[in-house]
Amino acid sequence: MTSQSGFGSLVLGAACRLLAPFMILFAVYVVVHGHDSPGGGFQGGVILAAALILIRLVRGQRIPFGASRPRLLSVLCAGPIIYTGVGILAVLSGGKFLDYGALPLGFFIEASSQIRAVGTLVIEVGVTLGVAGAMLLIFEALSSGGPEDDAAMEDA
Amino acid sequence: MIVRVGALMLIPAGVFLFYAAQDLAPVGLPTSPASTHVAPRYIEQGPSETGAANMVTGVLADYRGYDTLGELFVIVTAAFACLLVLGNRQSEREGNTEKQ
Repeated sequence: MTSQSGFGSLVLGAACRLLAPFMILFAVYVVVHGHDSPGGGFQGGVILAAALILIRLVRGQRIPFGASRPRLLSVLCAGPIIYTGVGILAVLSGGKFLDYGALPLGFFIEASSQIRAVGTLVIEVGVTLGVAGAMLLIFEALSSGGPEDDAAMEDA
Repeated sequence: MIVRVGALMLIPAGVFLFYAAQDLAPVGLPTSPASTHVAPRYIEQGPSETGAANMVTGVLADYRGYDTLGELFVIVTAAFACLLVLGNRQSEREGNTEKQ
């Protein structure tokens, strides 16, 4: 089972073990540091999805981090929900839609620009979840239902 | 026949476009309309207003946040469309085996 699922090579497994944590860390860095350097939610989400797809490719049918299709769907939908939620929260706080300056964070951040930066970071996280969920779902839809799944169903 | 007519119509259209393109402002000209509308404010006050030193992030996520929200919905919709087209092969096969 271990040699049949995935490509099963020792070199691939070791390289994946070495690469994947740093790819995930770099994705987080790209998202969080998007304020000051090139990057942001779209790029970070794609890098995150690439790391998970790499694990999935090397390790075969074992889905990384239990990211089954229903969970991926909820991750995908969490992105727009977070983004829209920030916008609606700004409306409820007396501002305009997506006007981060009106977010109710004044009790622990004073500068208006920093409140806006926090709002930007939150929506970037939403964009990251949406993009990563979309990439992983498309990969999952393309890779499921193939010969491997048939073999697995015959085994079961 | 129709292809030839279309190809012939491309020639005057191309001539017209090249003629009109002569009046376009050079790329990056500071006095061009594209550079004098909102761009100076984004460049001069963007970092202090949005708190993002990266002006691209400031414009994309803050000034044009509504646009980015639309982009995110486009991506999510594309993922749903891919699922609709590709996603049900396994359940369809299970349904077929049940029928047999």
